Amino acid sequence: MSAPAILPSLSVSFPQGAVSHGTFALDIAPGDLVAVVDRLKAQFGFDMLLDVTAVDWPGRTPRFDVVYHFYSTTAHVRVRLKARVAEADPRIDSLVASYGSAGFLERECHDMYGIVFPGNPDLRPILLYEGFVGHPLRKDYAKDHEQPLVPYRSRD
Amino acid sequence: MATTIPIEAVGADGARRAPHASFEYLSTKKDELVGWARKFSLFPYPFVTACCAMEFMAVSSTPYDTDRFGAALPRFSPRQSDLLMVVGTVTHKQAPILLKVYEQMCEPKWVMAFGACATSGGFYQNYATLLGIDRIIPVDVYVPGCPPRPETVIDGIMQLQDRIARQRHPIVNERF
Repeated sequence: MSAPAILPSLSVSFPQGAVSHGTFALDIAPGDLVAVVDRLKAQFGFDMLLDVTAVDWPGRTPRFDVVYHFYSTTAHVRVRLKARVAEADPRIDSLVASYGSAGFLERECHDMYGIVFPGNPDLRPILLYEGFVGHPLRKDYAKDHEQPLVPYRSRD
Repeated sequence: MATTIPIEAVGADGARRAPHASFEYLSTKKDELVGWARKFSLFPYPFVTACCAMEFMAVSSTPYDTDRFGAALPRFSPRQSDLLMVVGTVTHKQAPILLKVYEQMCEPKWVMAFGACATSGGFYQNYATLLGIDRIIPVDVYVPGCPPRPETVIDGIMQLQDRIARQRHPIVNERF
């Protein structure tokens, strides 16, 4: 499907979405993620998962947005999906079955925000280290809080 | 008025030679001799982690050329080096590696903090960054700049050389 044709047909298929700065943005329920993504991949040719990240909204319920960006390497169009997950149970299904790159991207999102991705076989720390407590990109993580691995020298 | 001091050499047999004859002895102090030798044979270990590496390449290569100061040849083994140049940001995740490299270096050894990040963490203050390598290893010379100008690095090397020339060089010390 060509670039001029794909955005109108996306709007027809997903009427709750909208084009924002050339990207088709769509808010979905967490439970619909896998179904929507499979449809985007099979029907519209979004063959590349660019990023998985999250946004922390302290005070809002549910607290987190999990944000996905997809790209079509044939139509050169991007899609952004947002799903809200709650602080008490920040879970959303993994996309490793559809996109291999989701493995690393979800691992990073798990490091930084503590989102859990059932279905991802390996959620060990990827940028952080074993023993790191907390999730540093959450707004309630103090910005100057350090967890050094090496004891500091005494300054005398 | 200038005075000419006649130079006289003493041979191994005790006989005095004429001024033009070759020297048999030189007298100096042990620390000065060893310091002179060590200051001109710095073998750097580049612990290069970030963008300062570009400036390190610039200062190492032809236009600025740290070889002029005897500090040219990077040794990529800590066992063979005596100057640890920490070039770039060091994170908490990397700190154990830096400490291990430092501990593997043989005495005598010196450390240069190259650039703002190695010196103090630079503009980082967050969960990831070690705010200055002197929190975990002793540092002899700090080179400021983000990144430092090559002239700044050369000035740092020269200050370190002055320091090496002036310091004591015990044959056996408390650590070795």
